Amino acid sequence: MDIKAIREQFPILKTTVYNKPLVYLDNAATNQKPLAVINAIDAYYKNENSNIHRGVHYLSQLATEAYENVRNQVRDFIHAKYSHEIIFTRGTTEAINLVAYSFSKAFIKPGDEIIVSAMEHHSNIVPWQIACEERGATLKVIPMNNDGELLIDTLPELISEKVKIIAVTQVSNALGTVNPIKEIIELAHKHNIPVLIDGAQGVAHQEVDVVKLDCDFYCFSGHKMYGPMGIGILYGKEEWLNQMPPYQGGGEMIKEVTFEKTTYNELPYKFEAGTPNVADVIGLSAAIDFLTNTGLKNIQAAEHELLSYCEQQLLAEGGITIIGKADQKAGVVSFLIDKVHPYDAGTIIDRFGVAVRTGHHCAQPVMDFLNIPGTIRASFSVYNTKEEIDILLEAIRQVKKMFC
Amino acid sequence: MIQEKADQLINEFGLFEDWMDKYNYLIELGKGLPIIDERYKTEENLIVGCQSRVWLYAEMKNGLVTFTADSDAIITKGIAALLQRVFTDETPDAIINADLGFIEELGLKEHLSPTRSNGLVSMIKQIRFYAIAFKAKS
Repeated sequence: MDIKAIREQFPILKTTVYNKPLVYLDNAATNQKPLAVINAIDAYYKNENSNIHRGVHYLSQLATEAYENVRNQVRDFIHAKYSHEIIFTRGTTEAINLVAYSFSKAFIKPGDEIIVSAMEHHSNIVPWQIACEERGATLKVIPMNNDGELLIDTLPELISEKVKIIAVTQVSNALGTVNPIKEIIELAHKHNIPVLIDGAQGVAHQEVDVVKLDCDFYCFSGHKMYGPMGIGILYGKEEWLNQMPPYQGGGEMIKEVTFEKTTYNELPYKFEAGTPNVADVIGLSAAIDFLTNTGLKNIQAAEHELLSYCEQQLLAEGGITIIGKADQKAGVVSFLIDKVHPYDAGTIIDRFGVAVRTGHHCAQPVMDFLNIPGTIRASFSVYNTKEEIDILLEAIRQVKKMFC
Repeated sequence: MIQEKADQLINEFGLFEDWMDKYNYLIELGKGLPIIDERYKTEENLIVGCQSRVWLYAEMKNGLVTFTADSDAIITKGIAALLQRVFTDETPDAIINADLGFIEELGLKEHLSPTRSNGLVSMIKQIRFYAIAFKAKS
């Protein structure tokens, strides 16, 4: 893989911060966009912008076709069976909220239980807490160990007839742990419990096949896969989606409206109320093209190499504790510089032009469990290099000089 | 006088051209911060809106407000020390009416990203809140 050619495609990587070249290692928060994505959005507004699904005029038909083609492209990208199982949302968070609301309304009764894991992002905790409150249900948690691995052995004990859905993340955004989701799904299905996978940190870093996984819902965001912000996907098996009531009301999701009664549209439109974010759907298409052209296997291999290199360098540096030592990890390194608050470290690292994340990474329960105030997190995308990790190390040495 | 103390700080920080020296000075200032008594290190004296934890406590002595604080992050402690130096031993009225332009002039905002800035803003808010409360009581 020609990293130089890949980097060329990302205009932002040429920018400087504090007169230093930008070293962008905050990819788990959002990753950068190739020119093809930026151009696709630009071209849409210049040449095709029109409201979809209603007009018979030429532009509207053009936009509708482009929009629906992307739905097919997403279907193929995650190897789903049907296009109508692909729902466009604002992002992973909205996708999870949709399921938490609509699934719970249809299936959760007082006394029921919902299972999440100890390493979820707040987005895969709070919607379920709200659902539990609304429906009189209880939230149960799959625990983890100090290495940041889920204690899957405890799952059979947690499962009972009361459990109506399990929601777990594919990859932990805070620790990088890759969870054994296939195992979880198989076990859940033995008890006829559906499983929602938060794929926000997974989909751009490894190949995803929702049919092989057999997950019931899979949620992800465009902006963490080289695509635009404000667009995400909910994949759901049609048998579930058909039984769930609409999430929001408005245009597009209806079949017929009278003041007495409204009948709802079919899938996927039932869950897409209002004018959709067509431009970003078009942008997402270019992002999927980028992923497939670069090759997810190549991306995974490159990121894994960066992960190993970074962990090795941090350990060799000494005085650093890596947080999250799971056997299976994605391109996320969370760490602490001994005796230094992550906030102090982040402030200095920033001055080297290095973008890392410090804090709890929207996973406060993980930090509470590990009894730490937060971590410094470096996370990688395909365009990152070992030289960039060396600059991070240089910044870390300065931090130690100032605070240790 | 608040303004005099603020001007003095602006002069001190003005001596450093390099951002690293500014941070080092902030760290030094933090070491001189009058530390909050352990018994006041409570949830209610914890300031929200900052990545690190900051506790701030105020007392009224002979008509003047004195501040003590602490933080688990050293740079934040430096910022707390800086504010403490400016606002301590002042009357509630002086604190309430103080011109906060010096924050901008210290060049701190440009060196502190928004989340951190928020910590700074929250600290100032809390300082003013104490002053207003003391004024109401007196």
